[in-house]
Amino acid sequence: MLTVLRAGPLLTVQDAGRPGLAHLGVPPSGAADLLSYDAANALVGNEPGAACLEATLAGPALRFDPPALVAVAGAEADARLDGEPLPLGEAREGALLELGRCRVGIRAYVAVRGGIDVEPVLRSCSHDLLTGLGPPPLRDGDVVRIGQRSSNRCQTPGRCLTPLGETLTVVPGPRTDWFGSLLDTEWRVSPASNRIGIRLEGPPLERLRRDELLSEGVVTGSVQVPPSGQPILLGPDHPTTGGYPVVAVVRGDDLPLAGQLAPGTTVCFSLG
Amino acid sequence: MTRVLPAGDHGALIECDDNAAALRLAAALRARCGFVDVVPGHRTVLVTWAGERPPLDVDDAAFETQPGKLVEVPVRYDGPDLADVALLSGVDDLVALHTAAEYTVAFVGFVPGFAYLLGGDERLVVPRLDTPRERVPAGSVAVAGPYSAVYPRDSPGGWRLLGTTELVLFDAESDPPALLEPGDRVRFVAC
Repeated sequence: MLTVLRAGPLLTVQDAGRPGLAHLGVPPSGAADLLSYDAANALVGNEPGAACLEATLAGPALRFDPPALVAVAGAEADARLDGEPLPLGEAREGALLELGRCRVGIRAYVAVRGGIDVEPVLRSCSHDLLTGLGPPPLRDGDVVRIGQRSSNRCQTPGRCLTPLGETLTVVPGPRTDWFGSLLDTEWRVSPASNRIGIRLEGPPLERLRRDELLSEGVVTGSVQVPPSGQPILLGPDHPTTGGYPVVAVVRGDDLPLAGQLAPGTTVCFSLG
Repeated sequence: MTRVLPAGDHGALIECDDNAAALRLAAALRARCGFVDVVPGHRTVLVTWAGERPPLDVDDAAFETQPGKLVEVPVRYDGPDLADVALLSGVDDLVALHTAAEYTVAFVGFVPGFAYLLGGDERLVVPRLDTPRERVPAGSVAVAGPYSAVYPRDSPGGWRLLGTTELVLFDAESDPPALLEPGDRVRFVAC
């Protein structure tokens, strides 16, 4: 059993999400930084796809009863297990996990051996910020069960800390020819960003075509451009169709970096 | 003619001539293996995949598809925008006009289960509200542009409200969770 002593700004349960339902309007959802999420699960010997906690901006304080094998991956934040420092990417057994403010990156993943045991909705335990599907964000005092399924040996994944490049590689399109170049600008990450989308601020992107776009399907990582010319980088909880043209899409390998973009930092796009 | 545009390194957006062609292509691609998502838009189909890109032969002329299921939506035509829509469209008997057509689910989006319906009378093409409402109640039957739709849940919205239905449009416990899927046919019935 896990008790949330302090949830922090936003603490949600996440797994690999709900792919395959986009044609019914259901967002993919899932961990915003899948690389760190996978790493956290591997460290405690969970099956891939086990549910973890995603802490945003600042970490939670959690009590495990009985003590459990836990690991933290993703954003760099001071973690203490029973008062002793718990380095990022190390799994240890303990009863009290305290995670501080995220210093580099904004999302830390807490994995517990056995996984977080909550009722799946549409085969996923992920909280979806857009639709509210899945378990609601955790609050102070919430109690959550720990699962039993963990037959795997603990592994040390290749890398735990997400490297924070401020350059994301993109594939141009589908609507590149509607705009001037996305690549020449340093964009500022707006504080009005979340799991649905990251708002980018900078000189408005020049629009070369004035046609109105008929709604079309969009993917996570799409750089969507509303009439203001200030792009929105779509996160995992994005609406499945949109009427704003998409100038480019972030490559899959760089999506975990997008999931760690901190408000106030800058980001550039390159063709890789 | 179709045109294939990139949508990241694990996706493609296929442009079609019209919605009927997009729905035919989506149904054909959905029947194949290898795609994670197949998402029709108004005149496009978005496909995504996990590993290697599956073959994308998209000449849809050859595709034959079954018509979608027919869903009757009972509506109480008591919406707050009935008078405005009558004024904008110049039509006296809106209910007769809205219930006369058979609609097709062109695509689903905005929120889970929100089906964009095409096939309505052209006189019912009206612009969205200048200022969207902060809360449109679940079950609201609405029109905007060429579309009709039913709001599956309480949400903000800028469409013009004609009435209300008791039907549940989206239920996460059901399989499939959405009552209306792309390609389904819809009739509104006044009650």
